[in-house]
Amino acid sequence: MTARPVEVTVAPIVPIVPIVAARPIVAARPMVRLTPPRALLLLAVALVVVAIVALGVGAVKLSPGEVLAALGRRLGLELPWTVGAREELIVCSLRLPRIVLAMLVGAALAGAGAGMQGLVRNPLADPALVGVSNGAAFAAVAYIVVGHPLALALPSLAPWLLPAAAFVGAIVATGLAVSLARRDGRISPSSLILAGVGVASLAGAGVGLMLFVANDAQLRSVTFWTLGSLGGASWTLTGVVALPVGIALAMLFAQRDALDRLLLGEAEARHLGLEPERVTRRVVVAVALAVGAAVAACGVIAFVGLVVPHLVRGWLGPSHRWLLPASVLGGALLLVAGDTVARVIVAPAELPVGIVTALVGAPVLLVMVIRGEVAS
Amino acid sequence: MTAARAKLLAMPSRKSSALAIACVLVLAAISCARSKDDHRPAKGSSATTAPAAQRIVAIGGAVTETIYALGAGARVVAVDTSSGYPDATGALPKVGYQRTLAAEGILALEPDLVLASAEAGPPTTIAQLRSAGVRVELLPTIETVEGAAARIRSIGAVLGDRGAGDRLGDTVERDGNAARARAQAHPSATRVLFLYARGGGTMLVSGTGTGPAQMIALAGGVNAVTSWDGFRPLSAEAALAAAPDAILVPALGLASLGGIDGVVALPGLGDTPAGRARRVIAIDDLMLLGFGPRLPAAIDELSAALAGP
Repeated sequence: MTARPVEVTVAPIVPIVPIVAARPIVAARPMVRLTPPRALLLLAVALVVVAIVALGVGAVKLSPGEVLAALGRRLGLELPWTVGAREELIVCSLRLPRIVLAMLVGAALAGAGAGMQGLVRNPLADPALVGVSNGAAFAAVAYIVVGHPLALALPSLAPWLLPAAAFVGAIVATGLAVSLARRDGRISPSSLILAGVGVASLAGAGVGLMLFVANDAQLRSVTFWTLGSLGGASWTLTGVVALPVGIALAMLFAQRDALDRLLLGEAEARHLGLEPERVTRRVVVAVALAVGAAVAACGVIAFVGLVVPHLVRGWLGPSHRWLLPASVLGGALLLVAGDTVARVIVAPAELPVGIVTALVGAPVLLVMVIRGEVAS
Repeated sequence: MTAARAKLLAMPSRKSSALAIACVLVLAAISCARSKDDHRPAKGSSATTAPAAQRIVAIGGAVTETIYALGAGARVVAVDTSSGYPDATGALPKVGYQRTLAAEGILALEPDLVLASAEAGPPTTIAQLRSAGVRVELLPTIETVEGAAARIRSIGAVLGDRGAGDRLGDTVERDGNAARARAQAHPSATRVLFLYARGGGTMLVSGTGTGPAQMIALAGGVNAVTSWDGFRPLSAEAALAAAPDAILVPALGLASLGGIDGVVALPGLGDTPAGRARRVIAIDDLMLLGFGPRLPAAIDELSAALAGP
């Protein structure tokens, strides 16, 4: 896969990576080989560029100088530009935490997607496969619809109850899927997928039930929650999300060689001294942590976990040593870019970011189908 | 900091990521550069500490309607998507749906007052607006004549025109009570089923304790559904059991259902007394459900429709 000419393999990247990144790739001549480390560097640079652009644009028009001055004001630096408290708040308390949260969530979703696809050896696997998204959605919707007494009982914790419910729902659903899939202490990918689909359907039915008893206002809250938004970003939320996401990504990365060996097949991996059950357990725990935290922070965001690792695999090959970090960077890049579009395109209102990622992700998937890249 | 951790996991070396950040900081100045004339005009009237707000963002249909009724419409700079009356609101920027407001979008309009219904949110956005120094007033909807009048008086006070607020509030209270008295002097005892049908799939029927139930009572009718609280999806059997004499729909809902023919074609409704008589009453959404300045007119219109054939 890696031996294929660069021009052919990078083509599907073009619609998803902003022009900034696409130019150098396409322009790359055979002598300047795009080695995985260079690809990572490229993704990292693109991510930083997009993040800086994202910091500069928004409903409130600020010049680059004003943005720098706002950052400087927060940090207590003397700069030639001056801005007021309002500009400082917009840059440092609205845009910046939101960009960092988008990075974390995008990284979590795409990293979890890469891990999941490697674990079940199916390039179209999605973290949702083990029921994690639906479990989170069920718990969150249940909280929106019938959780009011809980919010009244714990007023000081009220803002945290919805994310907490979603996170718990994600973990419980995943745990259920894994324990149902276990046979004699072994978990085969197919039984994991089936158990996950079962749990996800059950949670989906639970969501339907909750929608049935919901009132009009709750229905609307649910609809907007399921479309995803990063609008609730704050430094506190970002910090809270960073911990599980950081742990989960570290756990996934630690399994990179094991996942590679697992690609050979379970029996072969066993011969190489691997315990597939341990790998499965760790990857699933990491996926539940990462996706649970992501969904809890900003609702359901479609396609990042599916499309990003798939594109990266076509680009860098199947080795998780590169696939995992590149997916993490690519997911962060996609979500920061998508959220920036969501913020500015209908200003002063905002689009739910899930719509933007699905609008980008679905065509990419369809192109892959048309080109026959998903048939195998 | 934690993003840096996530990045470090991915980066081949710290040096290259530091390098990348350094060179991109330079790019930043270029990337989001915009021409000087794009700049906001220097703060003028809005910065002066006048007692009355000069740039108002109005959230919630009835709140917006009240601001206009109090003669402060010229000071409204933006509204939410639920504000469609009076027509002048159509020309204003829309800040989105009232439950999913975005702080920066509203701040970009440089408001000195966000006057909103209590449904406005999410709470993080409200908190962000307040921490940016914007005055945010949230006014609950109380679905009675007195509640409607009280909200109008509150809005008048917030706008810095207590006199106008009190006058309009008193008028609405007096006219509303008069309309209620007229309607209830000759109670029609018409059994009314309220159908909330905004957009394709969702078809909700009002039980007890809702705004529509309150309106039906004010207009001298009887809510045909008493077996549940709040809204429930329409079911054919429940509709038959309720046996309404008339079906009440918000006007926009009627259009989306395909008119009276569409309503009586819904499961179960065609076989109710209302369906057989094709008695479907459509009243402007905001007028019927807003409990705003047009409340007396809404009571009159509904009670006339209930009394008529």
